[in-house]
Amino acid sequence: MSPLGVEAVPGTSPISGPPSAWDYFTDRAFRGLARVSVWLILLLLACILWSIGSKATSGIARLGLGFLTSTTWDVGRQQFGVLPQIWGTLYSSLLALLIGGFFGVAMAVFLTQDFLTPRLAQMFRVMVELLAAIPSVVYGLWGLFFVVPAMRPIAGWLYEKLGWIPFFGTTLSGPGLAPAAVVLAIMVLPTVAAVSQDALRLVPYKVKEAAYGMGATRWEAILRVLLPAASTGIFGALVLGFGRALGETMALAMLIGNSNQISLSLFSPANTLAALLALNFPEAGPQEVQVLMYAALVLLGITLVVNLMGEAIMAISSRGAVKR
Amino acid sequence: MNGQSVAAPPAVLPDTGLERSPFERRALRSLLLTVGIWVAAVMAGIPLVSVLYMLIVRGGARLGREVFVELPPAGFEMGGGFGNAIVGTVVMVGIAALISIPIGVLSAVFLAELGPDSQLARVARFAAKTLTGLPSILAGVFAYAAVVLTTGTYSAPAGGLALAVLMLPTVVLTAEEAIRAVPKITRDAAFGMGCTRSQVIWKVMLPTATPGILTGVMLAVARAAGETAPLLFTALFSSYWLFEGGRPHLMQPTASLAVLIYNFSGMPFENQIELAWTASLVLVLIVLFINVLSRLVGNRRA
Repeated sequence: MSPLGVEAVPGTSPISGPPSAWDYFTDRAFRGLARVSVWLILLLLACILWSIGSKATSGIARLGLGFLTSTTWDVGRQQFGVLPQIWGTLYSSLLALLIGGFFGVAMAVFLTQDFLTPRLAQMFRVMVELLAAIPSVVYGLWGLFFVVPAMRPIAGWLYEKLGWIPFFGTTLSGPGLAPAAVVLAIMVLPTVAAVSQDALRLVPYKVKEAAYGMGATRWEAILRVLLPAASTGIFGALVLGFGRALGETMALAMLIGNSNQISLSLFSPANTLAALLALNFPEAGPQEVQVLMYAALVLLGITLVVNLMGEAIMAISSRGAVKR
Repeated sequence: MNGQSVAAPPAVLPDTGLERSPFERRALRSLLLTVGIWVAAVMAGIPLVSVLYMLIVRGGARLGREVFVELPPAGFEMGGGFGNAIVGTVVMVGIAALISIPIGVLSAVFLAELGPDSQLARVARFAAKTLTGLPSILAGVFAYAAVVLTTGTYSAPAGGLALAVLMLPTVVLTAEEAIRAVPKITRDAAFGMGCTRSQVIWKVMLPTATPGILTGVMLAVARAAGETAPLLFTALFSSYWLFEGGRPHLMQPTASLAVLIYNFSGMPFENQIELAWTASLVLVLIVLFINVLSRLVGNRRA
């Protein structure tokens, strides 16, 4: 019907034309494939939960909740309990969070609040990323041959002078809680630093300028205006760092000493859930595997709750930022 | 660096009490805190320097051709190397990449382009975030339950699956971001030319997003190469070559650099401990190399 007499017949032009049947087919197939992969992710998560959960059921049926409150782990007598491991997991992670959280937040403030020339800031940023890139087993090796020997005289001195304080109640006779916590802190630091930097960047520049305009010094602006404004995000960063520490395995398996005891002392050996799994799984018989699956389920539960809390806090903090 | 960004008032003003007084308590406190944060930042760098120093000094001592081509030594043996562990790490990370990259990138396409606001996408994003926080040892427990108990043997695919579980969320989330970053104009132009959705994705969006996707993939690979916990009881360890007589023996315990470091670090033999340091140096060099590469690829886009 065109005035020039050129008929636009669908599918005949060598340059342009509507999609062919093959195009339609590949389009459909590709989109279907993409949808299937998304379902695969969900399936994977479900499989992880199911495989650990179902393998743990016989352990749960046999030991019940007493598993969580009993303190002995004796394969020979078939007695199993993970209270010392739960205690060690929480205690070591909390110590690591105290140290790593402080340095992580300090690093985030340092990198975002114009303390540095761009080039120096880049250098420190690379440093934090390198800290995150080094594999945990290498940190474990370093801890064994550097942190433990370096810490032993300090621990001995603290024990002698301040031994009446429960935290210094024992000497460091090799691996123990304190070196493990120090190494764990180094591994928590990059997570906390990265997430808190994002939180600090979300605070509008105007807020800081307003504080300066009122005559605040730089640190008054940081401590009384910026950090409170970013507090939700920083709290989220700390929770995520805590989650990271709870699940960390290798450095702890190498450094914490694997002793099933509950002690406040920083220098006594302890154990964690992840280290328990790492050390006992390779040689476990079928009976013990069921129990270890139960322990894995406990670890999964704890980390899941902490991480979901962290994500929820982060979601709240970024929603607040959008409103501002 | 004195902590005072407030501009001083012009000098001609009469004394109004608005001048900076550097010795006021507030100013001194600010200065003190600035010094404090510098000290903290430098202290945070000490572990890194110390780790790298010890790696170079203790690990570099044994670095030579033989550690790459020889097998791990037994108890009192001298010499030896970890050639099979390097091969094992490469093979298992390769298996993990083969599983996680196609699934990850295809899902990212769906999350970013095909149905970004669908219920499915929301649930999947949540699942991926949850997987990010999964302790690596639990990925090992999963692979143990799914593969080792089923096939009845420790094997390279079991280790590869465990690593894939850890790589997948990183690949999905970074690839989604990279695909989202493709300018809307580019995409609309392709649609305007009459492309089908898949053509737009294959011919325009994925090529544009490739640097970003590669960055995420390489970061995931670097992380997987250093993972130990998921391999401990899925791939276990082996003192023999993975390829014997020209063909791979995948369904048997497989060595990896990370597990070798862990095993040797606890041994009472000086030779093994030296090898653990050298293996650490090699592992860190591999990981850092991939990291730098990903940074270069990522920067080219900008």
